[in-house]
This record gives sequence, C-alpha cells and structure tokens, in this order.
Amino acid sequence: MKELAVGLAMGLGAIGPGIGIGFLFGKAIEAMGRNPQASGQIQTNMILGAAFTEAIAIYALVIALILKFT
Amino acid sequence: MAAPLHISISAEPVLSFAGFPITNSMLTSLIVSGLLIVFALWVRVTLKKTDRPTGVQNVAEMIIEALYNLVQSVTNNIEKTNLFFPFIATFFLFILVNNWVGLIPGVGTIGHYDAAGVFIPLLRAGTADINMTLALALISVTFIQIFGVKYLSIGYFSKFINFSNPLNFVVGILEIVSELSRIISFAFRLFGNIFAGEVLLAVMMYLTKIVGPMPFYGMEIFVGFIQALVFAMLSVVLFNIATIGHGAEHDAHH
Repeated sequence: MKELAVGLAMGLGAIGPGIGIGFLFGKAIEAMGRNPQASGQIQTNMILGAAFTEAIAIYALVIALILKFT
Repeated sequence: MAAPLHISISAEPVLSFAGFPITNSMLTSLIVSGLLIVFALWVRVTLKKTDRPTGVQNVAEMIIEALYNLVQSVTNNIEKTNLFFPFIATFFLFILVNNWVGLIPGVGTIGHYDAAGVFIPLLRAGTADINMTLALALISVTFIQIFGVKYLSIGYFSKFINFSNPLNFVVGILEIVSELSRIISFAFRLFGNIFAGEVLLAVMMYLTKIVGPMPFYGMEIFVGFIQALVFAMLSVVLFNIATIGHGAEHDAHH
C-alpha cells in the first residue's frame, strides 16, 4: 500500500509541472524566434521560470522520498 | 553483489564537539566554508592594482563582476546593489560550492559501519540536509523583512496588516501566508533538487556500475549551478520588491 502511495505521489505530481515546463519553453522559444535580439533576457527569465515550475515537481518528489524512507 | 544500497533522508552524526553532535553534512559545509574563506584571503593577499589581472585575481574578478551585474540588472540602483550584493554573492557561492562538493567521489561513499550494521558516510553534500536549506531560507526571508523596514521604515508592515479597507485586510492576510510559504518553497526547492540528485546517482551507481551515472553526473553539475542561481536571483528580486513598496511594485518588474 505504501509503495502504491509513493508511486502515485510522484507520478501524479509530475503531470502539472511537466505540462507547465513544456508550455513555458515553447513560449520562450517562440519569443526568441520573433525577437532574436532579446534572446539573452528571455533565456534568463526562462531558466528562472523553469526552476519555479520544477520546484512543484520536487515537492512531490520529496513527499515520495519521505514516504519511502520512513 | 557489492554493498547494498543505503540512502538516508536525514544526516547522521559523525563527530561530537563539546557535547554537540556534528552531522556529516554539517562537517562538509564547514569544510566548504573553510575553502571559501581561504580562497577569499588568498585573493586579498595577492591583490594587485592593475588593468590586466592574471591568475586567481582574474578568476575572482570574473565571478564578482558577473554577480554584481546580475544584482545591478535587477535593482537598477547602485546604492541598493551595494547593500544587497554581499548577501546575494554569499548565497550563490556558498550554495554552489556546497552542491558541487556533494559530487566529488568519496563524499557519501567513504565512511564506517555503526553498531547496527548501517553504513554512515563521513562526508555528505551540505545542502542535501533539510536543516541547512531551511536555515538558508529563514535567513533570506528574515533579510527581506529587514531590508523592507530599512527602506520603508515601520510602514513596511502595512503590506501585511492594513485596516483601511476590507479588501486590503484580506490581501494583507494573503501576503502573510505567501511570505511564510516562501520559506517552505526556498527550503524544499533546494533540498529536493540536491537530495533527489544524490538518490538518483546512488541508484544509478547501484544498478549500472560506471557507465550509467555519467550523463546524470553532468545533469547534477548543471542542476547544482541552476539551483544556486535561482536561490540568489529569487532572493535579490524579493529584496528589491520589499524595498520598493506595494504601490509602485508594478513598475518595478524589468
């Protein structure tokens, strides 16, 4: 039962951030294509945004790890 | 086969200093602090005033200049940059070196077996301990409040407690919750990334001996750098927002 909880926690927790990061990078690359000169700024903000959305997946991972190891 | 897989979410004490237990990640972060201090002293002692720096001075100037420009690009205000820069640079360098030291071969694998047969490594990545990342998060959020009060004096707290308007009162409560959740998010983002990286490398090394972990090592180096950068950049953006004040904050974003 616990193993099931661990698997579900991580699996379901990765859906949202996965979609979010894909959306974010898609929009960032589109913006870079429309305005190649602003690439540097766009890239910085893109990495920052990716770290935020990835953090949500990491919260799910932390819960899964806590469940698995205690 | 070889030794069984051992992963523990909390750091284990390996030393005791005057009755105070020192865990393996605490020991690693003390060593990292020592390294950073030695580097800083070395640069200071061999500092030469020249237009063409060489050697250690060149490396140090590259790092300092990059971080200074990063802070300046967010605040656009020399006085604020000079105030924020030491904190941001310390956060960045401390977290970065702590993350990368966790990847050195030997950290996490050299240790001893205790009485119950459980393996205890002597050294372990400093930021893979929730206590360390929680401490860093608390320091960052405390300094946000300190800088807010320094720039806006006691009126800074009208962001949180505001009786002028029922709507503003509710927004104030939301701001308090948001500030507390920042502590959690700072702590867990850094801890989750680095600890998950440790677990990933341990599992990969257990399953596929030498070849498997190689691409994951590259990813861990990248992730360590990005997490340090995100912590520092998020801190400087929040410092800046706190000092600008509630009304003008919509023009502050670059």
